[in-house]
Amino acid sequence: MNAKKRRRLYFAAALVAAGGVLAVAIVYGLGNNVLYFYSPSDLAAKHVNPGVAFRIGGLVEKASVHHGAGADVRFIVTDGARDVPIDYNGVLPALFREGQGVVATGALDTSGTFEATEILAKHDEKYMPPEVVAALKRSGRWKEGGE
Amino acid sequence: MLGELGQLALCFALALSLVMSGAGLMGAKAGAGIHAELARRVATASALGLLVFVALAFGTLVTAFVTSDFSIADVANNSHTLKPLIYKITGVWGNHEGSMLLWVLVLSLYAGAVAFLQRGGERLTSAALGVQGLLAAAFLLFILFTSNPFLRIDPAPFEGAGLNPLLQDPGLAIHPPMLYAGYVGLSASFSYAAAALLVGEEGWARAARPFMLIAWMALTCGIALGSWWAYYELGWGGFWFWDPVENASLMPWLVATALLHSALATERSGAFRTWTLLLAIGGFSLSLIGTFLVRSGVLSSVHAFASDPTRGFFIMVLIVCAIGAALALFAWRAPTLKGGTSFDTVSRESALLLNNVFLVGSTAAVFVGTLYPLALDALTHGQQKISVGPPYYALTFAPIFFALLLLVPFGPQLGWRRGDLKASLRMLSPALGLAAVAALVVLTVASPRFVTGTLAFAVAGWLIGASILDFLKRRGARAAAFAAALAHAGLGVTLMGVTATSLWRSEALDVVGPGETMTVGPYTLRFDGVTQVQGANFQATQAHIALMDHGRVASVLKPESRVYPVEGQEVADTAIRTTGFSDLYLALGDNRGQGRWTVRAYVSPLAPFIWLGALVMALGGALSLWGRLRIRIGAASPAVQPAE
Repeated sequence: MNAKKRRRLYFAAALVAAGGVLAVAIVYGLGNNVLYFYSPSDLAAKHVNPGVAFRIGGLVEKASVHHGAGADVRFIVTDGARDVPIDYNGVLPALFREGQGVVATGALDTSGTFEATEILAKHDEKYMPPEVVAALKRSGRWKEGGE
Repeated sequence: MLGELGQLALCFALALSLVMSGAGLMGAKAGAGIHAELARRVATASALGLLVFVALAFGTLVTAFVTSDFSIADVANNSHTLKPLIYKITGVWGNHEGSMLLWVLVLSLYAGAVAFLQRGGERLTSAALGVQGLLAAAFLLFILFTSNPFLRIDPAPFEGAGLNPLLQDPGLAIHPPMLYAGYVGLSASFSYAAAALLVGEEGWARAARPFMLIAWMALTCGIALGSWWAYYELGWGGFWFWDPVENASLMPWLVATALLHSALATERSGAFRTWTLLLAIGGFSLSLIGTFLVRSGVLSSVHAFASDPTRGFFIMVLIVCAIGAALALFAWRAPTLKGGTSFDTVSRESALLLNNVFLVGSTAAVFVGTLYPLALDALTHGQQKISVGPPYYALTFAPIFFALLLLVPFGPQLGWRRGDLKASLRMLSPALGLAAVAALVVLTVASPRFVTGTLAFAVAGWLIGASILDFLKRRGARAAAFAAALAHAGLGVTLMGVTATSLWRSEALDVVGPGETMTVGPYTLRFDGVTQVQGANFQATQAHIALMDHGRVASVLKPESRVYPVEGQEVADTAIRTTGFSDLYLALGDNRGQGRWTVRAYVSPLAPFIWLGALVMALGGALSLWGRLRIRIGAASPAVQPAE
């Protein structure tokens, strides 16, 4: 084997090794860092341990928003079939409204309240987060053309 | 009247694009005959004609928006008489139909530039025009059949529906054209690469170089503008969210960066011939995939205007055809190209090879993270909805990119074919000193201390130090010789901004009433109540927040919450006071009654560096481009290459 061929072989071996490391990192990264989306009905059907981060979405229940001390706010998210209480310490997005779609990121605490770290509301009047639309369709509460 | 004019212009443009592709491909094939010569002239003329008619169609749509011609559905759905003039104009591309027309306009601009500059041989140019014509025809068909911006409504409404207030912003007004100039600009490299495969011409990398550089610069600026907009407009203080739409623009940038470097080696020593062709095809393919992701409505994002399944289907067919044909052409013709000359393990070529390995690896990580949730959703029929967030990218993208940055300074110091690693290290040793100084400064100044933060600043010092040394070494050379040093220094500047903002940002969230104070980082802020302000097409609640300095008011910041009555929406408008080295960032939250409001405040150290660095990188690209064009215009010393 001449020097040039040997060099090519080393390079190919290094490339395969690098590709392997990348593939392992990607699989490991995806395995541990994805956030699942659940509707309140999904959450009732599955058992999600407290502290496990996920996203939840649905409509903000009418007359359920209560402001606590400081920036603390509590409200209920519903998909028509099931409800989940949400607790959030932060500024609500400008388009946050009762009766409209919302997606929250966070985890359950031991009492079954969802402690949100981030709240996303829809971007404009015509827009509803696709996950929320799907969740409402599954619980039979979706009406074409909105409320 | 306007609608018909625009429609007619689009139809003419379609016809010309078909003529252009036919004539271009014929001109490439037939060699030196009189027919070939004629075909090439027809291709050139129709490329310029295409540009004229697409520009006419675009101008017509702009006129319709400016004059509020609500008989055109696109105008009625997306504009309003009360909107300020600038947002009437930028509203043209603030919707699906208009933004697709802008897409084709940029494609035609590049076609016109390819025809006008006639870079490379005449057969190569002709084939490139043929491919570019095919792309233009496909997208014009897409516009005419699924996304016609000139459709009428009868009866015409008296008033339009307005534009999403989030998009009524100067940063976002220029972000889409800039991004498209980059995204779609990669089409020129794609066309040249396909042309090179068709005619077996090897000088394509040099011919396509200015288009690569322009596209890369525009993409750099476009991504930076989008990130800046997200920073000041969304009110979360973040600058990058690993949102699929952001990733859709990052992936072409990563591949375009790889292409710029690989093409350099191809041009200089003939190395990586086939690989460079593949990158040119891959870069534009990722642009197309990005367009599909953004335009088909599969993503939930502020960018997703359209959710019409026929559009998504059409774009998907178009992408599969374009990418499939290009790859088939590559598989068929690439083996016939000659291999390049050999090079040593330690050489400029090896450095560029490593650069490409890391850039393509990081692209793969972003690609999987972006598309895996969509694939899972499709495969489980919507039962499994997941999102991939920053931790994934911190684990995959960040280490790869970090390793790349570590190696960047070696590239410009190693010789072509054979480099001297020891000499390069000796030459770069003062940069190691600067790296150590940067690390020490961070360890003393910043708290808490982070290993990653210290390392990142050391690498930033290493990059900037190496660039300074490179500058000194090339003193007296032509401007283009400094391009790489400038672009690499920009990387270091951005790295500092990203690291400092991510690790050492202070944040405060308080409910405050008039006269009450809050603290964030080193600052004390006094809330002085709110006033109502009437804007052009919005009503704003403006907070007055005094920045206190030893009991005196140093300055007053006025974050707003704006209500747009036409669109029925509320948008926050942040107030940012920058020293150049740190940003004080305020956003007004909810009204809590009795004059009390939630206020969110951040102090982001070195935040401006993020975008400053991107600007420096783009300037590096501009220097290189200037050198290229000057050589062409002067044409005095075609043999001398700028030492990039």
